[in-house]
Amino acid sequence: MDDSDLLKARGVVSGRVDTITILYFARLKEAFGRASERFALPQSVDTVGGLREHLRTRGGSWETELADTKPVRVALNQEMAAPAARLSPGDEVAFFPPVTGG
Amino acid sequence: MVRIQSEDFDSGAEIAILRRNNPAIGAIASFIGLVRDVNSGDHVSELTLEHYPGMTEKALEKIVDEAKSRWDVIDLLVIHRVGVLHPTDQIVLVVVAGAHRGEAFAACEFVMDYLKTQAPFWKKEQTSAGGRWVEARSSDDAAAERWTR
Repeated sequence: MDDSDLLKARGVVSGRVDTITILYFARLKEAFGRASERFALPQSVDTVGGLREHLRTRGGSWETELADTKPVRVALNQEMAAPAARLSPGDEVAFFPPVTGG
Repeated sequence: MVRIQSEDFDSGAEIAILRRNNPAIGAIASFIGLVRDVNSGDHVSELTLEHYPGMTEKALEKIVDEAKSRWDVIDLLVIHRVGVLHPTDQIVLVVVAGAHRGEAFAACEFVMDYLKTQAPFWKKEQTSAGGRWVEARSSDDAAAERWTR
């Protein structure tokens, strides 16, 4: 393994340690202008509900679309999650409106 | 079995495959959901279905497993389309094979009620006023809730 491989490996490792992936679907994807992002977890954010609160502080559509009065659903690692669900580095969190398939 | 696809499906062909060489099957119930040209009083010209690759498959598998644990089902197939659809297009197919009609009817309705409220799919419709995301209905929640009593 040469230096660049090492650096790459370290990048991947540190990425896994410090960050989560956030996905947005349907109306939220349009409102936020993005389908996904890598997000560095601040120490103050350790639950799904805490993350929602944190994202609201971005203001604008984040504040309105993620307001407590909005019926937003959250999945943690592809399972529906309650606000108290705890976050770990490497997690995949998805925010979306109530589902309307079928 | 669960399939998510953009292509159309042939319910007759799917049922033929499902019941082939299985003399234990005495009843097959199926449901097909279609795109209508009207919703909330407005004309709908196009419907786009979005899903969450990975989670949608898992959610559907979970619903199928739950149906199989509740009823004596021999085989169960769910096909759900994604992408751009138009009025009269097929959206979803559920086929349940059982020994008798009772479990086939019940499991088929259960799968649709849970799919509507648990599986991550979202519909966006095009009307003369532009695009709009379809709102979830409380009647769908009530339909799924029935099965928990």
